[in-house]
Order: sequence, then C-alpha cells, then structure tokens
Amino acid sequence: MALITRGFGGRRRDDPNLPPGQYRTDDFPVLSAGPTPRISLDDWELAVVTESGERSTWSWAEFTALPADEPTVDIHCVTHWSKFGTRWRGVSLDTLLADVETAAEYVVAHSYGGYTTNIPLEDLLDGQAWVAYEFDGEPLVPAHGGPARLLVPHLYFWKSAKWLRALELRLDDEPGFWETAGYHNYGDPWREQRYQAD
Amino acid sequence: MSTTNVGADDAPWVDGNALAGPLGEVMGTDLTVAELTCAGCRTSRPLAAMRVFDRTPGLVARCPGCEDVVMRVVRTADRVLVDLRGSLLLSLPVPTS
Ligand SMILES: [Zn+2]
Repeated sequence: MALITRGFGGRRRDDPNLPPGQYRTDDFPVLSAGPTPRISLDDWELAVVTESGERSTWSWAEFTALPADEPTVDIHCVTHWSKFGTRWRGVSLDTLLADVETAAEYVVAHSYGGYTTNIPLEDLLDGQAWVAYEFDGEPLVPAHGGPARLLVPHLYFWKSAKWLRALELRLDDEPGFWETAGYHNYGDPWREQRYQAD
Repeated sequence: MSTTNVGADDAPWVDGNALAGPLGEVMGTDLTVAELTCAGCRTSRPLAAMRVFDRTPGLVARCPGCEDVVMRVVRTADRVLVDLRGSLLLSLPVPTS
C-alpha cells in the first residue's frame, strides 16, 4: 500500500487524457441506431473495394488467421463519455490494405445493417486503426459490434463502425449515416468536432 | 400510451412519441399526429408508431414494418436537424380552431 498519494482522481479538467466536454466512465455504454444484426461466422465476410472496383475479401477463418495486434486505447463517444484503457484484439488496417493498389484518399466503412461512416484513408494507416474482433480477451459481442468492428480510437467513436462488412476506397469523400445528418465530417474529440458547424 | 422493447435482448427502442420533444421544441406543433410514408415499404403510419432508437448520437426513427430509417433528428448546440430522406411523404392534419 502506497503511503504517498499524488492526487489521483483529481478534477477531471486536470486529466490530460480527457478531451474537452467529456467525462470518464468505467462502463461500456451500448449505442445502437437500429436492430443488432446477427451474422453467423459462416456467412461473415469482410471486403475491401477499391475505386476501380477491385475487390479483396476475407472469410472469418482467413481474417482471423491474419497477424493481429492487441491495442490498449482510450475511446471517446460524441455523447460525452470516454473510456480509458480498453483492450482489443484486431487486424491493423496496414495489414488489410498492404497489397491493395489504390490512389484513394477517402474510405467509407459499410456495416451489416446498413450503417455507414466516412474517414480519410490517412487516418486509418500507420497503426491508427484496426478491425477488432475481441474485447477484453473475449470474442466481441454483437451489442458492441461483433463479429468485428472498426476501431479508430483517435476519432469520435461513431467512426468506429460496428458490424463491419466492407471498406470502400474512394477518390472523393462521401459523408455517412451521421455525417449527413448534422454530425461533424471528421470528428476529432480533441478539437471537439461534434457537429457540422464545430 | 407508449411502447418500448427495453428489457428485450436487442438494441432498445421506444415509440415515436419520443420525437415529440425535440420536434415540438422547434416546430411548435405536435408532429406525432403526423403520418409518415416509409420510402422503403411505402406504408403510411402515424409518427408515434415508429420505433425510435434513442441511445445513439441523435434519434433514429425506423419503420416498424421494414426497419428502414424514416427520420433522423440531431440536436446541435443551436439547431435541430431533421433528415427525412427515408420518408416519401409527411402528412399533417390541419389544426381545427
Ligand atoms: Zn417501411
């Protein structure tokens, strides 16, 4: 037991890991814009489609045989909660896109169930993003986006599309489900980019 | 009266009356009596009959027949945005005086 404490749990605005307007939670709230898709692993497929229509696909067995990372990251939801130190297992986008020929600058993530979100390609590369299929050492449950979800922790969490089905590489930007309805096109929590005008 | 599936083993939704607050706030009229025609299955229903997923960044109203999105409502700091691209028609009763 430590005899000296150092003001752990101080005022939240003193926490350098907490973006503006966020509070810290230890829960993992479930946010869903629709019914939870149930995808059997036999039917599951992940696709990367380039701007020229070239398509790479992975079955569940192929996908989970790829080299995986185990990132521990902080996540920030636009509904103001942040959760620190979340532990995932997933395949880096650097791995998935390694052999893909593209001049694209933008990506639209497509989910089972119809959700979409847009992200600049450069925000998915260089160890910044994964397709995650385990959380806290367990298979990712459907409520949190299983079988597999996008994980882009440096942007608001609506960009980390649950139930990921395909990554569409594009030359032009195409705003997604929330981005067309008033949310920010980029969504940087550190610049508090919640809404279009922010 | 309101309905909900909270407690069920699925993403929670509430009925379309949940839209009355944010819409009435800016439109000054009770839109839950309006009828909406779903662009997916072309069925018309009162807005109150839609399923509203409210544990999301905004509010998402879905048709109870085909589950397509008929309305998205986002409240920013100073605006309410209503995305109706999933609806073919919004029909409102003329207020009786
Ligand atoms: Zn419908």
